[in-house]
Amino acid sequence: MSQHTDSYAQIRNNPKFQSLIAKRNSYSFIMTSLMMIVYFGYILLIAFNKEWLATKLGAGMVTSIGIPMGLGVILFTIIITTIYVRRANTEFDAEAAQVLKEAGK
Amino acid sequence: MKTNTKYILSGLVALLAAGAAMAAGADLGNTTKQATNWTAIAMFGAFVGFTLYITKWAAGKTKTAADFYTAGGGITGFQNGLAIAGDYMSAASFLGISGLVFANGFDGLIFSIGWLVGWPIITFLMAERLRNLGKFTFADVAAYRFAQTPVRSFAATGSLVVVAFYMIAQMVGAGQLIKVLFGLEYTYAVIMVGIIMMLYVLFGGMTATTWVQIIKAVMLLTGATFMAVSVLLQFGFSPEALFAKAVEVHSKHDAIMSPGALIKDPISAISVGMALMFGTAGLPHILMRFFTVPSAKEARKSVAWATTWIGYFYILTFIIGFGAIVNLVQNPGEFYVGGEIAKGLKGGGNMAAVHLSKAVGGDLFLGFISAVAFATILAVVAGLTLSGASAVSHDLYATVFKKGQATSEDELRVSKITTICLGVLAVVLGILFEKENVAYMVMLAFAIACSANFPVLFMSVLWKNCTTRGATVGGFVGLIAAVALTVMSANVWEAVLGNPKGSAPFPYSSPAIFSMSLAFFTIWLVSILDNSEQAKKERALFPDQLIRSETGLGASTASSH
Repeated sequence: MSQHTDSYAQIRNNPKFQSLIAKRNSYSFIMTSLMMIVYFGYILLIAFNKEWLATKLGAGMVTSIGIPMGLGVILFTIIITTIYVRRANTEFDAEAAQVLKEAGK
Repeated sequence: MKTNTKYILSGLVALLAAGAAMAAGADLGNTTKQATNWTAIAMFGAFVGFTLYITKWAAGKTKTAADFYTAGGGITGFQNGLAIAGDYMSAASFLGISGLVFANGFDGLIFSIGWLVGWPIITFLMAERLRNLGKFTFADVAAYRFAQTPVRSFAATGSLVVVAFYMIAQMVGAGQLIKVLFGLEYTYAVIMVGIIMMLYVLFGGMTATTWVQIIKAVMLLTGATFMAVSVLLQFGFSPEALFAKAVEVHSKHDAIMSPGALIKDPISAISVGMALMFGTAGLPHILMRFFTVPSAKEARKSVAWATTWIGYFYILTFIIGFGAIVNLVQNPGEFYVGGEIAKGLKGGGNMAAVHLSKAVGGDLFLGFISAVAFATILAVVAGLTLSGASAVSHDLYATVFKKGQATSEDELRVSKITTICLGVLAVVLGILFEKENVAYMVMLAFAIACSANFPVLFMSVLWKNCTTRGATVGGFVGLIAAVALTVMSANVWEAVLGNPKGSAPFPYSSPAIFSMSLAFFTIWLVSILDNSEQAKKERALFPDQLIRSETGLGASTASSH
């Protein structure tokens, strides 16, 4: 690790690195929270209000509200993951590459 | 003399009858052994032949420990995504979830969602950091700035325990499956899976294991898509029409459209949810897959693909479960024990998807799905064995015992010996645990993964004040708490140990909410109380670890060939 010491110090003191970490950490935190709210919200709804989830979508229908909601949670999971990966693979990676370049790496 | 013979004969008949009755009690599917299904056997044979051919090709590329553990790091994000999906879409989830939908409707959907929501968590918190810090195993990451011996010993224990429980579930699944699919004995299936899996891992390492998983994932997704589309086609692609018919013919009628007994109390609901959500991020065979790709970018792409395929797959299993409800009742003589719906499905509730394959696609497609279901077990078991072997050879042997002085050849040799040992162990455990409930064993693996592996990984990577002592003590506390509380829950206390109903000291379905919180708390407490010189050094290493985990500076790259 010692041969890298200079570039490590340079990266540590680079404000771009600090802002990248701050931005990515808050983004990860928001996305994680969203996922937890959606999933645990759905689970708690099931635990506390089974009747409401069993409500039919329309008169004369058998499909209950809970089913499209459940499928919605699955789609939400896929979409939120894809959105994060898109941003991380373009914006965050470009900024990380810039930080490394400025440190001579 | 004549009387004697008669006596013995009648005694024998009584014994045989008793034996048959016992078998019937254990597994209804056993009573009417299915006729040998040559189509299924031929297709399975073709799969094994083809994958062994790939193994032969992979063997030529598996020369170093890096090749063995991570396929040299040269798998693309898309390929790895399929392989992760292949690792995760186990036979237990394919047959178990469609079986749960078949039995309870909506509850099956709730259950399947839980298995998916861990993937975003891995993506947001772990994937890139794992790839940047690690080389072969998740212990590389957990122990990055810590004293190697204690943290690696913990991580290897956590890996092996999770692998063991997950493996038992797979082996039991294999044995149960072959009775219905091929009319063969349980034991033969377990031994066959053990041997073929060992061939993949021993000779082809991660390269062969990855391709087996990719091929299996493609086959499973194709087969499941065909089944779901066939079912929807019967109802003009109207889910409402499908549900209406299902409500009409299901013995529980409209109850299958609403949440049932799966979620009992809020504490159990959250606890099971936590086990699935954070447990996924602590499964050693899944974490290991992040080291097979060349960069953090590809690692992220792999999870995005994996999440997409797995989510799609769970939507399919939901449709398949409902398809089984409406299709199987139309031919009770074919699919139900004694032709009576009240007696349940031939081969048990987990056979809903398999029977449906015959109903929609005939014998040829039944053969295909049977072969896929079996191939699924092979692929998952191979992945588990590889991660167990790497925990022993890379973490215990090379790092703990040889203090990092082992040569690549030695490490490779130890992984191969361990692979054989794990293969034999898997077969023995598979036979011992024949009567266990498959789904519950997997849940235990998840509880341990989220209470031991995940907190240690999370804290070591993201919390600068975490120390060796905190990580090791906290990890073991989480592990012990998860196992102890599971043993004290109804699933084991009553169902396995035979205590009277209602006597289980731990009232919830999963220990995660308690054991995972306890692990995090212990890591925090022990770390802040740790004022040793070692702890100071470890905290001082955090900024450099952060740079590597966030930018990939110094991260291991794909090997040159």
